[in-house]
Formats: sequence, C-alpha cells, structure tokens
Amino acid sequence: MQRRLIVLGLAGAALPAHAAKATAAKATATVVIDNFTFTPAMLQVSVGTTVTFVNHDYLPHSIVSAQSPPSFKSKALDTDDSFTHIFDSAGNYSYFCGLHPHMKGMVMVA
Amino acid sequence: MSDHPTRRVALECMLWAGSGLLWTVVGGVPRSALIGGARAAEANFSFAQISDSHIGFSRDPNLDTPGTLQAALDLVRAAPARPSLLLHTGDVSHLSKPAEFDVAAKLIGATGIPTAYVPGEHDVLDDAGKSFIDRFQRGMKQGAAGGAYYSFDQAGIHFIGLNNVSDPKAGGMGNLGAAQLAWLAADLQGRSASTPIVVFAHIPLWVIYPQWGWGTDDGAQALGLLQRFGSVTVLNGHIHQVMQKVEGNVAFHTARATAFPQPAPGSAPSPGPMKVEAGRLRSFLGVASITHVQGTAPLAIIDTPLGA
Repeated sequence: MQRRLIVLGLAGAALPAHAAKATAAKATATVVIDNFTFTPAMLQVSVGTTVTFVNHDYLPHSIVSAQSPPSFKSKALDTDDSFTHIFDSAGNYSYFCGLHPHMKGMVMVA
Repeated sequence: MSDHPTRRVALECMLWAGSGLLWTVVGGVPRSALIGGARAAEANFSFAQISDSHIGFSRDPNLDTPGTLQAALDLVRAAPARPSLLLHTGDVSHLSKPAEFDVAAKLIGATGIPTAYVPGEHDVLDDAGKSFIDRFQRGMKQGAAGGAYYSFDQAGIHFIGLNNVSDPKAGGMGNLGAAQLAWLAADLQGRSASTPIVVFAHIPLWVIYPQWGWGTDDGAQALGLLQRFGSVTVLNGHIHQVMQKVEGNVAFHTARATAFPQPAPGSAPSPGPMKVEAGRLRSFLGVASITHVQGTAPLAIIDTPLGA
C-alpha cells in the first residue's frame, strides 16, 4: 500500500501543470434524457468533472447510482429539471433511473 | 403521433377507445363486459379498478388530470351495480407531492366507496413511500412495516395488494423482492384452492415489453405461488392501455389510465405520453368494473370499448 502511494505521488508531481489546467477549466459534461434514454450512455470524463443530467421527457426520471448503497442519487427530475454531481475519484460509475430502472448509463472517470 | 394520423394509427387508437368495463366474477371466475350490460343486474358483489390518475401532470395531452379522474369516478358511480370496493392500481400522483395526494384523496373519497391502493413508481419518490402508506393504506395490515403490500378478504374473495415499485434494480423492471415473496407464500398458505384470488399491483406482473420495462422481474415467482388456485385475477396499471391474456387459471388485465394514454409496445420511440386528437382524449381513458356472481361458468374476459 505504502509503495503504491509513493508511485502515485511521483506521478502527480510529474504533472503539476496539467493538473492545474484541468482544475482551472472546471471540467463539465452533460447527459441528456430524451425518450427514456441517457445520452451519451457512456460518458468519459476526467477526475473532478461536474456532470449535469437534464431531463427533456414529459415524464419524470431520476439518477440513481447502481452501487449499494448508492453513491449518488437525485430527486425525481420533472421536465427540464437537472441534477449535478461532481465525480471526484476515478472509476466506472453505473447508474439507472429510479422510476424506470431499465434505463441505464455509465460515467467513466479517469 | 403526427398531425396527420394514418388510417392504421387511427385503427390502433380505436383499439383503446372506450372507457367502461364491467367485470363479473361468475362462479368465482371474473369476466368483464360493457358497463350498463344486463349482467350487472344479477350481480351480488362488484368492485371497480381505476389506475394512473397522475394528479399533478398537466401537459399535452391532458391539462386537467383531476377532471378526468372525476369523470372516471362518475362512471364508476353511474354503473348499475354500484361497486362496493374500488381498487387504485397506482400512480395516484405524478410527483408524490402532498398537494397531489390531497386532490386525489378528496375526489376519490367523495365517492364514499372504500378504496384499496397500491403505489406506482410516481407515488414513492423521495420518502420511500412513507407518505403514500400513511395516507392511502391506513387501516391495512402491512405485510411488512413500510412495505406497502397487504391482503384482505371481501365477499369471499381474497384480495392481495402487491408493491413492485419500491425496490428497483439497475437494468431491471418491476421488482417484488424476496421479503414480499416470502410474505405472499405465507399469506397463501393453508388457504383453500377454491378461494377466488384477486391480485392487484402497479406494474404488470407478466412480462409485456421488457424493452420498456413493462413487466416484473420476479413476477413469475409470485404467479408460481398462485398456481394451485382455481381462479386468479391479476389487475395491473402502469402501461395506460388495456391488455389481457389468460394463462391456465390466471386472467391478466391491465387498466386504462385516467390521465393519458401511452403507446402500444414498440409503436413509438419511448413510452412517453401519447398525443391524441383534440376532443378525443377521454376515449383513451377509463375504468374497469368487476362483479361477483355466485354460480358456475367458464372463464371469459372480454374488453368492450364504450366510445369511439
């Protein structure tokens, strides 16, 4: 564990300019819901990105992390309502609609 | 739907046209016919089903969901065999808001007909269904605390209200869950196979169209527990259109909404509200009435549209 931390620390030190740039830009991304579908269904973002989910359907939807317990969960989003979540650590985050669970999506954070 | 519906679309719409349906439990076997039919006179117990009132929804094609709920209730009250019981198969509200629940409770309560409710996914937002249970299932002995499922007996029929909306799984459809299935098994244990059973739940217990989540993942397990009974009627909502089938001793039926129609499976890009021609909305909405008659007769379920 300790060894891994050291390696990560070195990698971080090697990329200070990059990291600073990403933070300054405050990366954002959007997932839209149309016709009971998340688009894009697979979203790739960098660590720290703020992702906004917007519902354009006439029926409400929600965003629920597929992890147990859910690591993020929105309230029901009525037409044109949105939900934002900051993905601040790397990983693949599956989510689904809490009203229509056949609707699925994923945010890949690297 | 386009501004210029094709003849085929118009014909498909006709399939859903109508709003009243009389159910008769003949010899413990429910059958349906047109409200106002002669059979109502010979009935000795009748009940009605309403569904998907979505109070709070106010967009095309329905800006007045309280008004269409009221129209459905008027139809129930006008039935020649006045129902002794009303079942609401969920999505009472659109967004689980107290004001939406208030409107529905007031309109339905004004009928004076005792009403048994199960929740739809729109009724259990944000508080896991607590406010729905407190308001609409008061006096029902819960199968499990906060579970929103229960059973009761009336007129010789065993009614079972199930909840398949509170425990969704990623990628899944409706879900009952292990605890509810265990309760159902216990609830049915020792009950005579000749007891007529009516199961009501929001999402169809049979798989209609998985691409739109129209089914219940563990519904087959529930139906397996009901297999030994001679007469089982499964009443659902959620899909805002009439569909039915008979499988062995089990008759399945989904009710029209009182709020807005949804498209036939796969006939549209999504199950969102179906736009209808101005002035024709009410022909897509409706209620179902069920009447119990002592006697013997073969199973027959017939949907009859009232209007065009």
